[in-house]
Amino acid sequence: MALFARTPVAPLEYSRTLWMRLWVGAVMVFLYAPLVVLMIFSFNDSKRNVVWRGFTTKYYEKALGNDQLVEALINSLTIAAFATLASLVLGTLAAVMLWRFRFPWKGAIDGTISLPIIVPEICLGVAFLMFFAAVGWPTDLVWPFNLGAITIAHITFCFPFVTMVVRSRLASFNREQEEAAKDLGASEAQVFRDVLVPHIKPALVAGALLAFTLSLDDFVITYFTSGPDTITFPVKVYSMVRFSVTPEVNAASTLLIILTVILTFIALKAQGVKAIAETH
Amino acid sequence: MAEQDWKTSKRTFAAVSLPTLFWLIAFFLIPMFIVWQYSLGEKVGETGFDFSGTLDNYKRATEWLYLTIFGKSFAVAALVTLICLIVGFPVAMAITFASEKWRPWLLLGIMLPFWTNLLIRTYALMMLLGTQGFANKGLGALWEGTSWLKTLVGLQPLPTWEPVQLLFNNFAVVFGLVYVHLPFMVLPLYAALDRLDRSLIEASLDLGAGHFRTIMRIVVPLAAPGIIAGVMITLIPALGAYLTPDLMGGTDSQMIANVIERQFKKANDWPFGAALSFLLIYAMFILIAIQSMRKKVPEVR
Amino acid sequence: MTEPAKPIIQIQNVSKRFGKVTAVDNVSLDINAGEFFVLLGPSGCGKTTLLRMIAGFELPTEGRILIDGQDMAGIPPNKRPVNMVFQSYAVFPHMSVADNVAYGLKIAGVKGGEIKDRVAEALELVKLGGFGERMPDQMSGGQRQRVALARSLVMRPKVLLLDEPLSALDAKLRAQMQFELSELQEKVGITFVTVTHDQDEALSMACRIGVINKGEVAQLATPSDLYEYPANRFVADFVGSVNIFEGKLTLDEPDKAAVDCPGVGKIYLNHGVTGPHGADVWIALRPEKIYLHVPGEGKAVKAAAQDAPDGYNFARGKIKGMSYLGDITLFEIELDGGARIRVSRPNLSRHDQEDFTWDDRVSMHWRADSPVVLLG
Repeated sequence: MALFARTPVAPLEYSRTLWMRLWVGAVMVFLYAPLVVLMIFSFNDSKRNVVWRGFTTKYYEKALGNDQLVEALINSLTIAAFATLASLVLGTLAAVMLWRFRFPWKGAIDGTISLPIIVPEICLGVAFLMFFAAVGWPTDLVWPFNLGAITIAHITFCFPFVTMVVRSRLASFNREQEEAAKDLGASEAQVFRDVLVPHIKPALVAGALLAFTLSLDDFVITYFTSGPDTITFPVKVYSMVRFSVTPEVNAASTLLIILTVILTFIALKAQGVKAIAETH
Repeated sequence: MAEQDWKTSKRTFAAVSLPTLFWLIAFFLIPMFIVWQYSLGEKVGETGFDFSGTLDNYKRATEWLYLTIFGKSFAVAALVTLICLIVGFPVAMAITFASEKWRPWLLLGIMLPFWTNLLIRTYALMMLLGTQGFANKGLGALWEGTSWLKTLVGLQPLPTWEPVQLLFNNFAVVFGLVYVHLPFMVLPLYAALDRLDRSLIEASLDLGAGHFRTIMRIVVPLAAPGIIAGVMITLIPALGAYLTPDLMGGTDSQMIANVIERQFKKANDWPFGAALSFLLIYAMFILIAIQSMRKKVPEVR
Repeated sequence: MTEPAKPIIQIQNVSKRFGKVTAVDNVSLDINAGEFFVLLGPSGCGKTTLLRMIAGFELPTEGRILIDGQDMAGIPPNKRPVNMVFQSYAVFPHMSVADNVAYGLKIAGVKGGEIKDRVAEALELVKLGGFGERMPDQMSGGQRQRVALARSLVMRPKVLLLDEPLSALDAKLRAQMQFELSELQEKVGITFVTVTHDQDEALSMACRIGVINKGEVAQLATPSDLYEYPANRFVADFVGSVNIFEGKLTLDEPDKAAVDCPGVGKIYLNHGVTGPHGADVWIALRPEKIYLHVPGEGKAVKAAAQDAPDGYNFARGKIKGMSYLGDITLFEIELDGGARIRVSRPNLSRHDQEDFTWDDRVSMHWRADSPVVLLG
């Protein structure tokens, strides 16, 4: 996109007007400059973050050598993987239930499913803290079972997002396809596998990506739910940021950003930007 | 096609509904109920709890100190939402009317930060805004430049540059919240604008309206559902924000979430924390109720 | 016509390219004040782009457009003395019918009382008097179109542009609206420029038609000239139904000509063609201009035509297909020479369709002034 239009700008080509371009450009700089600076300075050979003192990868070595940090990262990825899987199943089932059936209390149940999206994170975190204390959830289990409480909490706030995404995709499903499949002899289960799942696949990919990143992203709920010995990546980074800003944090953050970008591109490769964008 | 009555295929209905209902009750409604119960009870000794049905916790929440924090949280969240709307609307317009080739990339440009870890984004912003950060360096250079220009035309130079405190104050909280919530606003706005029939805009221009008037009289009213969705999606998390005020705010930048956290992690007053949590939830319900009372804009294609 | 018509729109060497695609290719045409002009062409031919360039929503890559003598370059749509009725009607869904119609007047700064009068007048004009308080979602598609019409007409534009105005209506309503649009145009006296892909619509409404093909003007003519004297194969084929035969020009004199078409034979014409001798040409022959003989009738016709041997063309063949359409029956006939020809025959009596059946040997004739010789 050249900054200055070569051909005259037609009335509806808003994105080609100069001030629009400057505006969008400024917003993109606003969104990305901090991240880019963070990534660049993860290679800075200085304890203080601000002056460039030469290229080094020693903070990556340090970050990867930090057992606690690595453990936190592995914990986070494990939780995210389990939470994503469970959210996909629960979220899809709930979406199919709401899309397919008419049943008593439907409005109330529909509303309740979207509540975890609306209730502020801090309130959910508090609720889980009190819940696990009340039921006396054991905190001294071996890995990965010590992540159970956090995973349960994550599933609760992730699956409604999957439901939302899958449901909006289901709304565009042509029920005649289902009837055609049955007309050609397919059973209920075959219809689900051969017709319905292929139709909602983009939503499943988008929902999985959303659940995974939401789980990986969560600090507040995890902060309240995690026991003294289970630590996740955001919680670890939080304590590092609280006490000292070191290039080690930059290095670890850069690794996570790269992971996010890779995940995003895998999802895009699978479904295309447009399909993913439409589900949001 | 109409929905199917659950009675006509009970087994399929049970298969899709029971797991969801079980999860919702066991791991959402029961935890919320416990919070609600606590909010109506009182602390006994250091760790004990007694459900006495008292409203004392809510009464305490109406103390001036907490009222100001609630008020301030609303003000900050509203300001953040407004800034996001003003900044995000033109971006959403630009994405909507971008060429087929550019639109997905612009969307991706908005979505990638949305998927990036919130803590990392907050941390990155803190790096930039610190007294030794680039924002200060940039402002310093601008200051020096102005000073140099003034001497050039024979005026007194400006006093030497003192780094400004961009972090740990209310400005930082608003700036940080705008930074993290901007994508939340742009995406629903884009979705609403993209659905808009373009010939409506063309018809307005054709009838003699300028671009500004067309946006105010045609685009905004018709995109109202999307604008309201964007406002809610930004306002609600901004109101309950914990991390940004905690990390970027100063001692006077506490928001509700920070006060709630203190009851659990430091003050160890669970009943009061539970009451504050429920007040926050009630506030959300009021916002949503206001939204759903809004007159529906008829959709005609 | 007594005085030369004054052009209200002049399109001069206009081209429009979208990237590598040329939507409009060096088009020049004048549209006269007060006429009902139709741009006709298949979808994707560039006719809508041309209309949108007149309205100002697209900008020409090359060339210029003048409205009432004024160059429109750099003039945005909201400053042009034209108004448009959109294909989707684009009635503002959040405004009442009256507010929709008043929208442009309010922007133009017309006073409140006058707005009220003009809105009422415009709604009356499109037969929507009393509908002012309705919301668009309470109206049918046809009514919404009338709202869009009133909304544009109330502005008293120099030119009213209509983009596929009838395409979203069902067949019955479409026929009625064709008639009403012509009537309305005569009543208000505003120049109408309509875009359509429907030849019936174009033929029935237009004063003049511009046929557009692949971004170029294929022919500019009145409806009857377009049908009876198509300028090229595209127009002959696109407007109406036609038989096209390729052949060589073997005889070309001022008052007669002949084209030798393989599979058909020699086709005689009673006028000159002024094409190079031996050139490749095409013959266009409309199915309804061919007279199919009932068995036994052929000889009598041939005898009667004895005194004007060049005035008629005769041919024989075998019926390969028939489709009964009620008012006419369409025949597909394989000529003795091997070519296939389509012939239509009006069903003048209730039993006419019983005269022929499949595989009947038939003879037919057509007048020497019926075929059109096309050079391209």
